[in-house]
Amino acid sequence: MSHPNLASIFNKDEKRVDWHDKALWFVRHKRDRSVHNVKGWESLRELGHGIKAHTLSNIDNYLIQFEVNALNNGVQVHWAANAEEHNQIVHKILKKNNAKKVVKSKSMLTEECHLNPYLEADGIEVIDTDLGERIVQLAKEPPSHVVLPAIHKDRHQVDELFQEHLGTEPCDGDPQYLTAEARKHLREKFIQADVAITGVNFAVAETGGFVVCTNEGNADMGAHLAPVHIACMGVEKIIPKQEHLGVFLRLLARSATGQPITTYSSHFKKPRKGAKMHIVIVDNGRSEQLSRPDFRASLHCIRCGACMNTCPIYRRSGGHSYDYTIPGPIGSILSPGKDLKKYSTLPFASTLCGSCSDVCPVKIDIHSQLYKWRQIITKNTPQPFIKKKSMKVMGQIFAKPSQFEKIGKVARWSLRNLPKSFINSKPNAWGKARDLPKGPKQSFDDWHKQREDNKLKNK
Amino acid sequence: MKVGLFIPCYINQLYPQVGIATIELLEKLNVEVVYPSQQTCCGQPMANSGYEYESVGAYNNFVNNFKDFDYIVTPSGSCAYHVKKHYDIIPQTEEVVAVRKNVYELCDFILNVLKRKDLGAAFPYKVGVHKSCHGLRGLRLGSCSEVVEEKYSYIEELLNEVKGTEIMPLKRADECCGFGGTFAVTEEAVSVKMGKDKIKDHLESGVEVITATDTSCLMHLEGLVNRNNQPLKVLHIAEILNSNISSKN
Ligand code: SF4
Repeated sequence: MSHPNLASIFNKDEKRVDWHDKALWFVRHKRDRSVHNVKGWESLRELGHGIKAHTLSNIDNYLIQFEVNALNNGVQVHWAANAEEHNQIVHKILKKNNAKKVVKSKSMLTEECHLNPYLEADGIEVIDTDLGERIVQLAKEPPSHVVLPAIHKDRHQVDELFQEHLGTEPCDGDPQYLTAEARKHLREKFIQADVAITGVNFAVAETGGFVVCTNEGNADMGAHLAPVHIACMGVEKIIPKQEHLGVFLRLLARSATGQPITTYSSHFKKPRKGAKMHIVIVDNGRSEQLSRPDFRASLHCIRCGACMNTCPIYRRSGGHSYDYTIPGPIGSILSPGKDLKKYSTLPFASTLCGSCSDVCPVKIDIHSQLYKWRQIITKNTPQPFIKKKSMKVMGQIFAKPSQFEKIGKVARWSLRNLPKSFINSKPNAWGKARDLPKGPKQSFDDWHKQREDNKLKNK
Repeated sequence: MKVGLFIPCYINQLYPQVGIATIELLEKLNVEVVYPSQQTCCGQPMANSGYEYESVGAYNNFVNNFKDFDYIVTPSGSCAYHVKKHYDIIPQTEEVVAVRKNVYELCDFILNVLKRKDLGAAFPYKVGVHKSCHGLRGLRLGSCSEVVEEKYSYIEELLNEVKGTEIMPLKRADECCGFGGTFAVTEEAVSVKMGKDKIKDHLESGVEVITATDTSCLMHLEGLVNRNNQPLKVLHIAEILNSNISSKN
């Protein structure tokens, strides 16, 4: 379904929209308070942008450097051209280790590759260990936000889910009780796990190490308990140097939640004695996006979620209305590169207000890219005849002043003289909840002409 | 100083009073304003809908009408922004480059070119300022809440000098109103919800009159206010700056 359709379904329950909007605005506001305290915040963004741009332009070299260093550290490195390959590689590692039970910390990449169903089809249990992710996993839903995957669920819905799946007592949505129960449940899974899968926030070329950021410590818990650790990363996660973490960790935590630093920024470098560590480096369309000059900066993204929190449309339509792994403004510039037709409504799910670009810690020109995708979409995907035609006619009217005047007269007359019920009737989406302006008798042109004529007369 | 006035198409046809206030205000400030009568539209409606190529005729018409002016002034941040940002798809002749450089939103022009602040206006009402996004984040007519920078706002600087006007604080000072051109129609549900929330913020702050640098946002908000019979008036900033109302009724 298209974004407008899904968004209007979401908007049927206005209270829910209000609640969703406020919850996310709260996070955006926390971000504001936190970044406004950092001297040089804007330079930090500039720096983040610069490092990412440089890295993308030299990504081949940095990835190879990373591989060499990781191999030297005793890590096994795998390359996957696409989602399918990624899933196969992970599956093979699991098979080799006789793994039946997997714990996974948050990784949007494995969501993008649909790893869970792939493994589950072979009887492997995959447990998402981030609390929000576990909630949506139990609900059999995809995450609706990159940092707050279950932000669309309120605590009462979580209460019900836990009763059904974890056998908890009804608790009127008591968050303390619910988190305690989730913790108990997850601890058990951590202890039983044969393999831990994590995402990667930053992979450092110079050291071959990588950093995983979580607020719950679930990546560490998984990786330190299981004998095998598989870390999955998109190619764009690479940064050249360890010292660059000083830029990105500061940008990420504040932009994501307003925290000065994420609770756990875990640095992994080599497997501990007797354990194994794998890194899977995935392309899956990223080098194609890199080849598009207008859109390559979308690969700067560090998945902080700030553009979602700030987006007035995201807040009022929910992450699922985007129907793509990465929702919100950044998802709307990434997804058309994957499937132009399927995601053709996403770049239009924006007023081009520009808040996303101003909030983005790595200065991606998100709203300009939305505008550019629009131009490509109208040319390359089937558009409603009426839209195409009306744009053409409008273009012609505006190119010729004489026509413009005639049409304007008709429009004003109609607004003045046709009954309100007709003007605001069905095909007019404007009029469903809004009145149209009353058409004035005189346009500005008419008024001005009259004034000029009078001036002449009075001379 | 040769100043050309650009009146956006929807103001011309639907809100002529905004154009009239603009011209009167500029004349009060001793600016000799010329209104080229062959002007139509900046081309934004088609371009933002993804039909940039259909707007080339409008772009050329705009440039032809305004190429001979030192400044082009318009009571619309959105149109000024469109000319500046998006007239890059036509050949960048000297004329095009000059037009893109010389186009100004009205408040920006008054404050930063004319260097005038106190315009002698009086308007004894509680005013809520809607900071239209293209003016704010496109033309940078003010600081926005996302960016760490010194606080400023051209429209509020001018309003502060208006006798009797009280600027009311808002909870979300610069969130979008949800107009967004064709977005208002294609994403009707979200657009309306955004507008309703915006109006609620103004009402809760005790605002009597909502104003902005853009009539497009205001048309959307006014449509909602009128439909729901809410006690709010909606006026373009030019209308307020051109007012001389000494006391309420
Ligand atoms: S695009 Fe920018 S703001 Fe949005 S998630 Fe990525 S880094 Fe954060």
